[in-house]
Amino acid sequence: MTAEFGHFALILAFAVSLFQMVVPMVGASKGWGAWMDSARPAAVAQFLLVGLSFAALTVAFVTSDFSLKLVYENSHTAKPMLYKISGVWGNHEGSMLLWVLILALFGAAAAAFGDNLPPALRARVLAVQAAIGAAFYAFIIFTSNPFLRLASPPFDGRDLNPLLQDPGLAFHPPFLYLGYVGLSMAFSFAVAALIEGRVDAAWARWVRPWTLAAWMFLTIGIALGSWWAYYELGWGGFWFWDPVENASFMPWLLAAALLHSAIVVEKREALKSWTILLAIMAFGFSMIGTFIVRSGVITSVHSFASDPARGVFILGILVVFTGGALTLYAARAGQMTAKGVFAPVSREGALVLNNVLLAVSAFVVFIGTMWPLIAEMLWDRKLSVGPPFFNQAFTPFMIVLAIVLPLGSIMPWKRAALSRIMRPLWGAFMLAGAVMALVFAVSTGRSAVAVIGAGLGAWIIFGAVAELVHRTGQSGLSRLLRLPRADWGKATAHAGMGVTFIGVALLTAWQVEDIRVAQVGQPFTVGGYDITLASVDEVEGPNFISTTATMQVARDGRPVAVLHPEKRVYPVQAMPTTEAAIDNGIFRDIYLVIGDAQADGGWAVRTYIKPFANWIWAGSLLMALGGIISLSDRRYRVAAGARRAPAKTVAAE
Amino acid sequence: MRRLLILLALLLPVAAFAVQPDEVLPDAGQEARAREISQKLRCPVCQGENIDESNAPISRDLRLYVRERIVAGDSNDEVIDAVVDRFGEFVLFEPRARGGNLVLWLAGPVMALLALLGAWRFLRSRATARPEEAQALSQAERERLDQIMRD
Repeated sequence: MTAEFGHFALILAFAVSLFQMVVPMVGASKGWGAWMDSARPAAVAQFLLVGLSFAALTVAFVTSDFSLKLVYENSHTAKPMLYKISGVWGNHEGSMLLWVLILALFGAAAAAFGDNLPPALRARVLAVQAAIGAAFYAFIIFTSNPFLRLASPPFDGRDLNPLLQDPGLAFHPPFLYLGYVGLSMAFSFAVAALIEGRVDAAWARWVRPWTLAAWMFLTIGIALGSWWAYYELGWGGFWFWDPVENASFMPWLLAAALLHSAIVVEKREALKSWTILLAIMAFGFSMIGTFIVRSGVITSVHSFASDPARGVFILGILVVFTGGALTLYAARAGQMTAKGVFAPVSREGALVLNNVLLAVSAFVVFIGTMWPLIAEMLWDRKLSVGPPFFNQAFTPFMIVLAIVLPLGSIMPWKRAALSRIMRPLWGAFMLAGAVMALVFAVSTGRSAVAVIGAGLGAWIIFGAVAELVHRTGQSGLSRLLRLPRADWGKATAHAGMGVTFIGVALLTAWQVEDIRVAQVGQPFTVGGYDITLASVDEVEGPNFISTTATMQVARDGRPVAVLHPEKRVYPVQAMPTTEAAIDNGIFRDIYLVIGDAQADGGWAVRTYIKPFANWIWAGSLLMALGGIISLSDRRYRVAAGARRAPAKTVAAE
Repeated sequence: MRRLLILLALLLPVAAFAVQPDEVLPDAGQEARAREISQKLRCPVCQGENIDESNAPISRDLRLYVRERIVAGDSNDEVIDAVVDRFGEFVLFEPRARGGNLVLWLAGPVMALLALLGAWRFLRSRATARPEEAQALSQAERERLDQIMRD
């Protein structure tokens, strides 16, 4: 009964979205106030209906209602409660339901906090948002209905893929989707502005918080996914250039570009049509990402349920929306004339360079991701594009970006002179040089990656600090605290990027790996740590059987940690997994993996010392934190002018 | 039920995971080369994993083969060529920069040049542009401006 209720609520949400897509749009073009205003209650109603539908599916999972096909295929009575709940979106149908739930959430948030928007713009934004919703409701209802029943309910379910039975699944997809789908707001604003035919500073100011929020969620979502892969997959990789990772990375790069170009629109009334194009592209890439994941055209570890028919449907949605928006763009872009006048060497110029670098690097990721598909279609060649390509083709752009970032970020608007902007940065420059020298000395001269990466990271961090100091001028600390939050947010986010840079470079360059057969009780040494395999036990978990090792780590005779790496077997899914044990540290992780028993009574053991690993995710969190700080700047609040509580933090929940 | 679970678990094929201790070459330099090569080769039956990380039996065979070739004195390129000859270019994670693949390798740099050119032209045009006459604000716009400025 609950399932039918959920199904019905979803169909109602579809109906409401159809209404919301047509009526406010007509109202806006005819100037009928009531028709325009109908968008707001409709958006809220739509959200409530999808929410009910999602709740119904959650109830089915929590109560293990195996008469639902989806629950039968993805759950099991013995599965812990957390994974029963996160299992709701650990499959195709449920994850699409989460997708539309978040889409409706953003629509409802725009309706609730959009008091300061001109009514016509608000009506059009909500109508475009509803149109996207309608397409995806149709997709779910007609091709991926989560509420299908089984004629004869089985006794128990087939369980969830063991790799997905992890707290990571509880947080990674929701954040990722908040980011992906949040970009739909930028898209809706862009299309609404194209329909209205005007883009001005006010428009940029409205669209920026939404983009910032989406970018921030995407940052957290990607970082969580990377961290999850790091500890779950058993060899501590953090980025694989897997098609699905790329699918989330491209919108991230474009959203970052959009954030920066929107500043130019807001402050200087230039780059308008480019900003609109970026907004369309950023969400376009979100949809391409959905297409890549859901259609399975490019095989990847993420496509747990891929189906060509669904792929074609999403491709249709993608073509209609991106194609439609681009056509509209082609027709209207000419009307958007730049107003600001500035020299090439200026903050504006630096932001243009930022956009060039971010957009081209997104393009590189895109072509690398699609190339296997292109090659197969054009020449019938089956080939692969993997990490070696991306590392070579993508990294140069990031290096250039890191070099120019502190310079560009400190430049004044309109006109800058390199000699003058270098003055406040000399300290940062020297410190970065010192870091490079230090790293060079420590790494015994064998690693250019470590020296360059750490130097660039330090340059960005010290550059961000130098900029804050520079902004305070002569007046010192009190002025520092009174700087606009946006300045703090910018410095924090930039410093976060520097921290991530250092983490990636030093981890890549300095990782120590050891593979051996360890005998119980016999210590071995890896990277200065003495490691002893104390015992290996068979342990039963709720829905798995585990081989758990107890390993002692010591340094110079002093105990550092006792770790329990595991090897698990999930009988229902017939799948073994490795659960690495990690001793986290600021400067290094000790990462232990237990393998198979050997004929001579020993155990295969893999040991990694991973220097600065946590800096990668700490940096990502700093970037997201910078976004939050920036968002809290009163100038950028969604409800600015309406005297409301900070809107975005509420909308985020 | 529990007993059944354990029985099922015992019946499962035990997957060897990634590089095993018995595969490691005694010579650290050769082993490092083997690892480097392994990371460029894709497991033919997995989803996007290289043979260094993969658990599949064929990846183990390939890892052993790579090490065999290295010990026999092949250079890195010769080893990779030998594997590609057998399994086709699908196993190559780093597509060779020749033929049609040149497009892939050159796409980034060419696009960067075009973008820089476009950006430069735009920046030149902004530098020489004359500030437009300020347009008078409409009543509605003035109200909105007031509202924004007040905040």
